Amino acid sequence: MFYIYCPYCGEHREEEEFHPKGQAHLSRPTDPDACSDEEWGDYLYFRDNPRGLHHEIWVHAIGCRKFFNATRDTQSYEILETYRMGDAPRVTHFTDTQKS
Amino acid sequence: MSEAINKAVLESTQIAIMEQLPETGVPARSPLAHQQQTASRTAPENPGVYLWESALKTHLALRGDANNADFANGVEAATGLALPEVLQSNHNNEWALSWIAPDEWLLTGPGDQALAMEMSLREQLGGHYAVINVGGGQTLVRLAGPRARSVLMKSCPYDVHDRNFPVGKVVNTVLGKSQATLRRVGDDEWELVVRRSFADYIWRWLVDASQEYRLSLEQPTQGASKNRAGRLQASPVEN
Repeated sequence: MFYIYCPYCGEHREEEEFHPKGQAHLSRPTDPDACSDEEWGDYLYFRDNPRGLHHEIWVHAIGCRKFFNATRDTQSYEILETYRMGDAPRVTHFTDTQKS
Repeated sequence: MSEAINKAVLESTQIAIMEQLPETGVPARSPLAHQQQTASRTAPENPGVYLWESALKTHLALRGDANNADFANGVEAATGLALPEVLQSNHNNEWALSWIAPDEWLLTGPGDQALAMEMSLREQLGGHYAVINVGGGQTLVRLAGPRARSVLMKSCPYDVHDRNFPVGKVVNTVLGKSQATLRRVGDDEWELVVRRSFADYIWRWLVDASQEYRLSLEQPTQGASKNRAGRLQASPVEN
């Protein structure tokens, strides 16, 4: 069972209250009319599936109903940090101690 | 409030605002009306838990920016209550204002004053905000008594111990297989905001969970639920 810190409520809450919503930090092509089908398709349908560090969107569905970001290790399921929408992640690569 | 102000508010907001109370002669039915009718009224001796519905109250959802002084001051001018901090609530004799999300609050109070309060808020507020009457979609369930906390402890995963859930705190969390917004009104008294469609389920869940503590479906008489010493004696292990 995860015990997840909601950056808006400022508390750790049970995993039951949250839903994962996929990869974070996707940027929409600035001019969709000008981009190729491949670029648009990549943006719409293709997501990273890394083994290791992953930045994800989660929503505190049974709580404040706000979306936020989390950095999670997909191997160990450890959540390394959660941060508000619009913020940059602090953890962007494994340190030696975290590397699994 | 005068008709002139009403008209000015309506014209400036371009929003259909209406009296949502049924006309006289049309019975208003709370989501738990059927439970109130069928429930056994024989209260046990020395009940550990009191459960009752605070039916047909005003529920107004407020949306806005807490950092906008005009919004915060406007809410305070209309309700007499300051915007509460994260996971907190403010209340006076009639109204309670609870934090729901960083930009959302729930205002609950007397059932017949929804329209007056909504107009008052619209009069005081300006710019980017929302006031929504959500009274038809949810209801208030009150849980009190020396063992009320024990009922919550086995109903939701959130820590409702005194050190984590002081009086005045508001938490939206899982309750049974549904959800509810819990507000601690007093030492031994809690208020649950439950969705209309889940009200029956949550009521039955709470009735079932309360059986072992001697459940009364009546509102406690004044002072009956304030007996903290009784709770400490009854459940030394939990404290």
